[in-house]
Amino acid sequence: MSRQGGRGTESKKMYWYLPFISPSASLQLMNSELFTLTYGALVTQLCKDYENDDDVNKQLDKMGYNIGVRLIEDFLARSNVGRCHDFRETADVIAKIAFKMYLGITPSITNWSPGGDEFSLILENNPLVDFVELPDNHSTLIYSNLLCGVLRGALEMVQMAVDVKFVQDTLKGDSVTEIRMKFIRRIEDNLPAGEE
Amino acid sequence: MDSRFTRGKSPVLERALGRPRSELSLAAFALLFSELVQYCQRRVASVAELQARLAQLGHHVGLRALDALVARERPGRRETKVLGVLLFVKGPLWRALFGREADKLEQANDDERTFYVIEREPVVNTFVSVPRENSSLNCAAFAAGLLEAVLGAAGFPARVSAHWHKGTTLMIKFDEAVIARDKSLEGR
Repeated sequence: MSRQGGRGTESKKMYWYLPFISPSASLQLMNSELFTLTYGALVTQLCKDYENDDDVNKQLDKMGYNIGVRLIEDFLARSNVGRCHDFRETADVIAKIAFKMYLGITPSITNWSPGGDEFSLILENNPLVDFVELPDNHSTLIYSNLLCGVLRGALEMVQMAVDVKFVQDTLKGDSVTEIRMKFIRRIEDNLPAGEE
Repeated sequence: MDSRFTRGKSPVLERALGRPRSELSLAAFALLFSELVQYCQRRVASVAELQARLAQLGHHVGLRALDALVARERPGRRETKVLGVLLFVKGPLWRALFGREADKLEQANDDERTFYVIEREPVVNTFVSVPRENSSLNCAAFAAGLLEAVLGAAGFPARVSAHWHKGTTLMIKFDEAVIARDKSLEGR
C-alpha cells in the first residue's frame, strides 16, 4: 500500500505549461477558490499593514490599477476586440467579454444616465467575496476595490479616463453588488503614465 | 475580539459548501499573485524575508482551503497516518487548488522525517521570472506556507520550505512527535 506514493504521474500531461505565445492562456481555467482565498490573504495583510480602511482601499485601487495596465494588453491580444465606437459598446465589451474571460461571470449593464456617459455593472455573484464577511470594525473597507482599479487602469491604456466606484456591495448588506462607471474624457496624450 | 465572530444571520453560513462552480482564468490569478509578490517585496529587505512573507500569506490560504476541502471531500473522516495525509496533499488538495496533482512525492533516503513534494512547474511560478541577482528566490514559498498550514491544521505539524530542485521541491520536515505517533499506529 505504501508504494503508490511517488510513481505513475511522471508522464502526466502538463496543462499548465504556458509559454508566452499560447493563444489560449487566458482561457486556461482554474478553480476560483485559490484566487478567492489568495485575494482574501492579500486584503487581510493590507488591513494589518495599514491603520485605516481608507488607506487599504487606496492600496487596493493602486494594485488593481497596476493589474489593469497589464491586463489590457493580454485582453486585446486574446479577444480580437477592435476599437469601440461609443461608451455603450465599451460597456458591452467589459461586461460580456472581459468579465467573462477573467472572472467567469457576466455582470448585467443597467442604469444608463441620460447622457450615455455613466452606467452600472451589476454583479450577481462576485468571486472575490466567496467566504467573506466584513467584521464590524472594518465597515468602511471596500473589499473588492481592486476591481475598480483594474477597470480604471485598463481603460486608461485605451485612452479613456473613467471614474469607477462601488455603490452597492453584498458584503455591506445590499442585495446586489453594483459598480458605477462614469466616462470622464478621452485621453489625447498617448504617453502611458508611469506605473505608480 | 467580538467582531471576529460571525454575526448570527450571515448569508455566508447559509450557503452550501458544495464544489465551487465558478472557474476563472489563470491569467487573473497570475496578475493578482504578481501584485502580491510586488507588494511584499516593497516591504522587505532580503529574499529570506520576502519568502517568509509569502509563506505567511500562503498560511492564511492553506488553513481555509483545508477546512472547505475536508468538509467536501471526506466528511466525517480524517487522516491519521503520515502517508495518508501526504497522499491527500498530493492528490485532492493539489487538484482542488491548482487543478492537477503534484508531480511527485518522495521520501528522503536518510531521514524518515523528511518528504518532498516535487513539481516541475508550480502554478504559482508559471509566470514568474526570477531576477538574476535574487536567483534563490522561489515564489513557491507561498505554496510551502500553504502546505505547512494544511499539515499543521490536519494534526501533522511540520516545517515546509521551497527549493529549486528538479523544478520546485517543497521539503516537508515533520516534527519528531508525528513520526513517533505514526510508528505507534503501525500495524493497526
